[in-house]
Amino acid sequence: MLRHIVRRLLQLIPLLLGITILSFLIIQLSPGDFLAEIRLNPVVSQETVDQMRANFGLDRPLHIQYLRWLANIVRGDFGYSFAYQVPVLWLINSRLLNTLLLNVVALIIAWLLAVPIGIHAATRQYSATDNLFSFAAYIGISTPTFFSGLLLLYLAFVTGWLPIGGMTSLDYSLLPWWGKILDVARHIVIPASVLGFLAVAGLMRQMRANLLEVLRQDYVKTARSKGLADRVVIYKHAVRNAINPLITLFGLELGGLLSGSAILENVVGWPGLGQLILDSVIRKDLYVVMGSLLLGGVTLVLGNLIADILLAVADPRIRYD
Amino acid sequence: MATERLPMQRAPALFAEQRVAARTPWQLAWRQLRKHRLAMVGGVILIILYAMALFADVLAPYSLDYNDRAKFYHPPTLPRFIDAQGRFHWRPFVYNTRLVDPGLRTFSEDRTTTYPIRFFVRAEPYRLFWVVPSRIRLMGVDEPARLFLLGTDGFGRDLLSRILYGSRVSLIVGILVVSVTIPIGMVYGGIAGFYGGRVDNIMMRLAEVIIAFPAFYLLLTLSAVLPTNVGCTTRFYLIVVILAFIGWAGFSRLIRGFVLSLKQREYVLAARAMGLDDLRIILRHILPNTASLVIVVASLSIPGAILGESGLSFLGLGVREPCSSWGNLLSAGANLVNLSRSPWLLFPGLFIIVAVVAYNFLGDGLRDAFDPRLRTS
Repeated sequence: MLRHIVRRLLQLIPLLLGITILSFLIIQLSPGDFLAEIRLNPVVSQETVDQMRANFGLDRPLHIQYLRWLANIVRGDFGYSFAYQVPVLWLINSRLLNTLLLNVVALIIAWLLAVPIGIHAATRQYSATDNLFSFAAYIGISTPTFFSGLLLLYLAFVTGWLPIGGMTSLDYSLLPWWGKILDVARHIVIPASVLGFLAVAGLMRQMRANLLEVLRQDYVKTARSKGLADRVVIYKHAVRNAINPLITLFGLELGGLLSGSAILENVVGWPGLGQLILDSVIRKDLYVVMGSLLLGGVTLVLGNLIADILLAVADPRIRYD
Repeated sequence: MATERLPMQRAPALFAEQRVAARTPWQLAWRQLRKHRLAMVGGVILIILYAMALFADVLAPYSLDYNDRAKFYHPPTLPRFIDAQGRFHWRPFVYNTRLVDPGLRTFSEDRTTTYPIRFFVRAEPYRLFWVVPSRIRLMGVDEPARLFLLGTDGFGRDLLSRILYGSRVSLIVGILVVSVTIPIGMVYGGIAGFYGGRVDNIMMRLAEVIIAFPAFYLLLTLSAVLPTNVGCTTRFYLIVVILAFIGWAGFSRLIRGFVLSLKQREYVLAARAMGLDDLRIILRHILPNTASLVIVVASLSIPGAILGESGLSFLGLGVREPCSSWGNLLSAGANLVNLSRSPWLLFPGLFIIVAVVAYNFLGDGLRDAFDPRLRTS
């Protein structure tokens, strides 16, 4: 097991290098650089522009720029944001927790709801509730988050029940600690429900399909024919086996923790990574885009690795060495 | 190849009898698909949607950029049957409206004159199927009244017409994307899976680099690379290219896995024993057998491409004004002040959902139909 993990980690190295090269190349393809904007500003002199070019290494050939950037990353320096005038890592850190908070809350909602719903639907296949849930799940997986986000914002606006957009109210800093928690909690309801609905839909479909598959297996028939109670057959035998494939999904979701809410954050004004990356893409804030892209890629790859390991731990049939 | 048909020639009577009962895999799949109610519903919805896109010129009451600046953010006009005097009209009609308060966007109806909705009216010119010049549109009302069935946007452009024209972009994008990713994926995944070993290793590592990125981050970054000073159509094709660039890798990996398992099948071993060269084995025996997988994956990845395009256009990085696509139309509603006063700006989103749901229905049905494990008869 340990050997497998180490081997997988070693295999990550070329993949990570590939990720950095591709991120770097894409950014280089982009027409015009960040300094183009500054150059148009009459207040900034040509010397300042030249100095900035030299500072950021923009006057060097491509591969040198790449190697410099890579060497810095290995040392934990992701470069400097042109637009915000702060280190990229600092900028990403300031957004990372917000995105994580939103996605973790949505993930918890999703699992708490999806597994019971999936079991319910599978054990009563083709019943009215199963059909209803399955149909709702179709709608769920087909609704873009920017639409459901807008819809909920509109409803919040009309009813006045929930704050519209953002993560905190204006008077946030004046609130006591419990007031702050409550304030963020009120703001998170809309984005977390949107993401949660999407995730519940996908997860519930998977859970239902898995359980149906397991319920067709011979050992379930055996358990039934022994006269075991339905509850015991389902919860002790079937559900446990049906949950295993979901672990892979869990890993994918872990990997998507940073990127899953990208569009939604821009719709509801959640100050997370998704907002940051769109902002930097539009402003051509080179290093921020590369840093976020890299971070998103690494998280996704690690999520897959964790999924593999969890699956091996949970399912004795899977052996890697 | 003659040798393959030999047993049939030897005993034609026997096989002729069996042929009555035997069905090709395609017929079996079709039979199975027809029993899948949701898949059929999805298929019918898609046929309707694509017909709408094809006949957008006829169906749309107005042209793509027709605007009435005096009627911006006009609420949907409801066809009426009973007029102010309480008389019933068999032919639905509308009232003319006038802007009362530009700030609150309120309109008042002039109830003195009714404007009946006429069918097959002569309106703005267009070219049917991009060729035949015509002026006939399905519905319309006499000037100065307007038929804004789903309301208007901030420029006073008819939302329904723009949704209909926008469906051309939004619906075709998925098909174009898979028609690029399928050949690439089949060739790339086919070669990797068939040859295995080092070739496979290198090819898959390359594909994994693309898979390793969160798709939407990559999409955002790539769209920023697109030149901004190109026309609508060019930009649309460029978006297809970047969606395909992101999509081909995952598709290749699927094909590769499938080819890897096909390679071990007896008929491939037999073909090899008969001395067929690699190219023939790949083209005649392996790739045709991936067809069912390809169809299922394609039908399930088209909605992904549709959502990708609408997401990009929604954020202003995809199809841009004055062109319309469902995502770009929805972005007018992204401003909460606009949305709160003109909730009809959400209508394009409903079209996205309906199209994607329909594809998911159909895709699931196809998957069940082609998966022999689930086939009961």
